[in-house]
Amino acid sequence: MSKMTMSQKILAAHAGLPEVHAGQLIEADLDLVLGNDITSPVAINELHKFTKEGVFDKDKIALVPDHFVPNKDIKSAENCKCVREFAIKNKITNYFEVGKMGIEHALLPEQGLTVAGDLIIGADSHTCTYGALGAFSTGIGSTDMAAGMATGKAWFKVPSAIRFNIVGKPSKWVSGKDVILHIIGMIGVDGALYKSMEFVGEGIKNLSMDDRFTIANMAIEAGGKNGIFPVDDIAIAYMKEHAPNKKYVVYEADEDAEYDEEYTIDLSTLTPTVSFPHLPENTHTFDNIDDIEIDQVVIGSCTNGRIDDLRIAAEVLTDHHVADGVRCIVIPATQKIYLQAMEEGLIKTFIEAGAIVSTPTCGPCLGGYMGVLASKERCVSTTNRNFVGRMGAIDSEIYLASPAVAAASAVKGKIAQPSELGL
Amino acid sequence: MKAAKGTVFRYGDNVDTDVIIPARYLNSTEASELAAHCMEDIDKDFAKKVKTGDIIVADKNFGCGSSREHAPIAIKASGVSCVIAKSFARIFYRNSINIGLPIIECEEAADAIKAGDTVSIDFDSGIITDETTGKSFQGQAFPPFMQKIIDSEGLINYINAKD
Repeated sequence: MSKMTMSQKILAAHAGLPEVHAGQLIEADLDLVLGNDITSPVAINELHKFTKEGVFDKDKIALVPDHFVPNKDIKSAENCKCVREFAIKNKITNYFEVGKMGIEHALLPEQGLTVAGDLIIGADSHTCTYGALGAFSTGIGSTDMAAGMATGKAWFKVPSAIRFNIVGKPSKWVSGKDVILHIIGMIGVDGALYKSMEFVGEGIKNLSMDDRFTIANMAIEAGGKNGIFPVDDIAIAYMKEHAPNKKYVVYEADEDAEYDEEYTIDLSTLTPTVSFPHLPENTHTFDNIDDIEIDQVVIGSCTNGRIDDLRIAAEVLTDHHVADGVRCIVIPATQKIYLQAMEEGLIKTFIEAGAIVSTPTCGPCLGGYMGVLASKERCVSTTNRNFVGRMGAIDSEIYLASPAVAAASAVKGKIAQPSELGL
Repeated sequence: MKAAKGTVFRYGDNVDTDVIIPARYLNSTEASELAAHCMEDIDKDFAKKVKTGDIIVADKNFGCGSSREHAPIAIKASGVSCVIAKSFARIFYRNSINIGLPIIECEEAADAIKAGDTVSIDFDSGIITDETTGKSFQGQAFPPFMQKIIDSEGLINYINAKD
């Protein structure tokens, strides 16, 4: 009898093997290969070194210029041009030009390109996001992307897993971001190094799809190879809406699957959590946060730029105003989310509160543009990394938090939670 | 490459890809341009001081963060002949093998080796020698499959040869 984890089952199926075990090296068939405007040009250059020409399947490659797009400078424009010309030449079905483009890890599930049971690689570390739908998805580099585009295959070392048993129900202002920051604070930035993070338990029904995307998205911030959720009614409803014509496969871990470690996370005990500079594991809750004045707030990114995130931020900002001396930048992650936010009146709320709203882009998260920090400036950000210099000057500071905390902080001009606004 | 020898640059835990090559330079894919800014946000003198053959020694989780292959490319183009660390972040590990940058996991070596030491590495045996102190360490060997990719000097050559 096999004793496989959910992740191992997906890998075995794609390697054509009845069973795999942790540590085994396998070659597996890919359902989707992803790249963006930073990583794809390097991959395209590598692809030209293959003796065999062309791509394995024009329908199974997704190219999403989103990092420095709309083009922030001439060099970025040249990179985007390289990706565009490659997409046209190879008739890539899922190339997303400005106008259709969104932040890749919000866009692909929304477009129905990632479903349960898929094996997906992407030349972007946050590719692990699609585990929220029960896919095995993991970040790789440009050379792996090139090999994936050419052959439709990739090599994997089968990971062992850590199981997180999620129980309970979160309180009003606690969201997926607080859950994953809490976990990273607990196990550290290499706590899941090379491993799968498998989230199970009765508490999962209390996490929306957008909460799950946020949690799976930051598995990499604990060093994880992938993060994955079981496929329940909420995931199936999402796929029926977004991928009505794509076949999904539900894999479940064996009952006697073996895990390296197991943790129980009681959502009802969590409180808003903030990661202080300069590592995501450096987490604090509000019982030990002093007055920390801030200069900027960013609400967006592949971690927290989805509709639930914007709704929460707007709820906090309603009838409030961004503090003097603070810039608040809101970035809906896709055109569809942008439109939805507009129809729901969220954009009006943001603008009336004194925030600005940008077209979808990764921009400020990695210090690209649209909110780069000056020396000694502090930013509360719903993004995923607070490394030295990540958003700009090397002596600037990033505090990672949920959309609720980010919005409340924008109003107070210091790191704050919604309860400080009487909410 | 079967052996390496050089002077050590020493770093700590969790050296992330944002400090190895800051994103403000990711609008370039030129290896030499990336090398000019390698390690800039953690060690502004690195690019000026590094010589061909030099070695980076670090503690745990080297290369954590982004999937940018620009990070190992920048290190390799700087002339670094090997990175020794207690552990590597998995995407960085994979990318290094795929582009042919030698990396070795060895906790004991990372604990003992100091900045400025002269270190040599025999890649066939995995033996790391600190020539300054005379101490030797056994680095972790690669699984045979990965060794084949390294011997082919990268994934693409390996796949081309297989076909």
